[in-house]
Amino acid sequence: MITESRLKNVLDSGNFAVTAECGPPKGADPEVVKSKGTILKGHVDSVNVTDNQTGVVRLNSLAACALLRAEGLDPVLQMVTRDRNRIALQSDVLGASALGIRNILCLSGDHQSFGNQPQAKGVFDIDSVQLIQTVRQMRDAGEIIGGEKLASPPELFIGAVANPFADPFKYRAARLATKVDAGAEFIQTQCIFNLKRFKEWMGLVRDNRTADQVYILGGITPLKSARMAEYMAKNVAGMDLPKDVINRMKAAPAKEQRQEGIRIAVETIHALREIKGVHGVHIMAIEWEDAVPQIVEEAKLFPRPQA
Amino acid sequence: MITAERKPISEIKEMIAPYRKILVVGCGSCVAECAAGGEKEVGLLSSALRMDAKASGKEIEIKEITLDRQCVYEFIDHLAEIISQYDAVLSLACGAGVQAVAEVFPKAPILPALNTTFLGETKEAGLWVENCRGCGDCKLGVFAAVCPVTRCAKGLFNGPCGGSKTDRCEVDPDVPCAWQLIVTRLEDMGQLDLLRKVHPPADWSKQQGKGPRKIIREDQRT
Repeated sequence: MITESRLKNVLDSGNFAVTAECGPPKGADPEVVKSKGTILKGHVDSVNVTDNQTGVVRLNSLAACALLRAEGLDPVLQMVTRDRNRIALQSDVLGASALGIRNILCLSGDHQSFGNQPQAKGVFDIDSVQLIQTVRQMRDAGEIIGGEKLASPPELFIGAVANPFADPFKYRAARLATKVDAGAEFIQTQCIFNLKRFKEWMGLVRDNRTADQVYILGGITPLKSARMAEYMAKNVAGMDLPKDVINRMKAAPAKEQRQEGIRIAVETIHALREIKGVHGVHIMAIEWEDAVPQIVEEAKLFPRPQA
Repeated sequence: MITAERKPISEIKEMIAPYRKILVVGCGSCVAECAAGGEKEVGLLSSALRMDAKASGKEIEIKEITLDRQCVYEFIDHLAEIISQYDAVLSLACGAGVQAVAEVFPKAPILPALNTTFLGETKEAGLWVENCRGCGDCKLGVFAAVCPVTRCAKGLFNGPCGGSKTDRCEVDPDVPCAWQLIVTRLEDMGQLDLLRKVHPPADWSKQQGKGPRKIIREDQRT
């Protein structure tokens, strides 16, 4: 069976793409991954599997991607440079391709001090930009770092992340250009709550012509409650959650806060569709995958195109 | 300089417990500069150990001596005449000094009184900060003299991670984001273009490729 990246096909054919995030469990039960896949299947084009996000030990991303692939989904393997050196990373890239995984998202990863293994040694042998370049070189030139030839190259659609809300702000667009120069073909952004700043960043990205060379998927996180909003604003690194969004969540009665969170997400998606250079959305419903089908439907992004 | 901090007194007491006659040896270089192992600290530690021994009814004999440098054999040789009179050496040098003394006196127990921490600078009185990892492949020239290997918590070569907010590192709000410093300095110098280049993976073999490193300079050998 020939496997192709569904995400790439959807984007190449000019459709507005929808991806979602699946966080693997803190355990070895494959059913948890499969049931999350079942919820998302049909409503999204591809599913990202996080790689020990926030430095917390979870079921391996590559294994979870293989489980989702077997269920007929198109997984996006998230790969951080925090835990593995270049030998392990390149080896996993080959393994991913062999298992039929066709998308990879290259990140440096949250610092290990945030997780449940704060005494771990952070590897960071290479950084996210170097990982992008490495995977691109493996795929296009059939070469690993150092130039040695591969017997057969991996087939992967290569992605990277961008945080339009981190500092130094003006440099953020140049940083995206660096990732595109290194070989990134699609970008998934940090959760967007501050639309004004996101639009400003997109302007810079269009100005330096990066927007013409890469598919940008805007990050969406539905808020579950006002408390979650306050927690994220305060504790999640690189998060920009403006006061008016928190206040809007607070204004909703406790029972209706979930619905309000979904409403904000849907409104944000509608706003993103109007921004030139935005090619899709990436929905990160943290431990709330159930919300994704509803968001996709209410955002009028259902049914998904054939690809 | 190499910075160090004195170990907790309880740990030092535990190490010296089997010995009665102790030679406490300071170092007049880096660790004196960072107020951890110079002549003054040798005096303070020795007094504390004597007082503690007295209070606990233990007999102890301590001699204090501070060498100019504990990592150079010609200075370590000053210990040759007296070391045999002591049961152990308590060294207030960095790890390099402790091991150099052990190299010269293979049969003497040499105990470390300090925890060697990093290569750094004196930021202000009582504040030392790390700014070099001795990676063996200095690239400060392209990073506006701010080392990303050391000062970025993730050691990133190609720009800041997504956690940098209001010029602080996501890992510790007391720490400035190294990449904010690099970008600002390059911008001020009109050299921001330097960051357009993608830096390839670093050559860590220069830092840890084949175990402990050595420098051989034929012109310095006699």
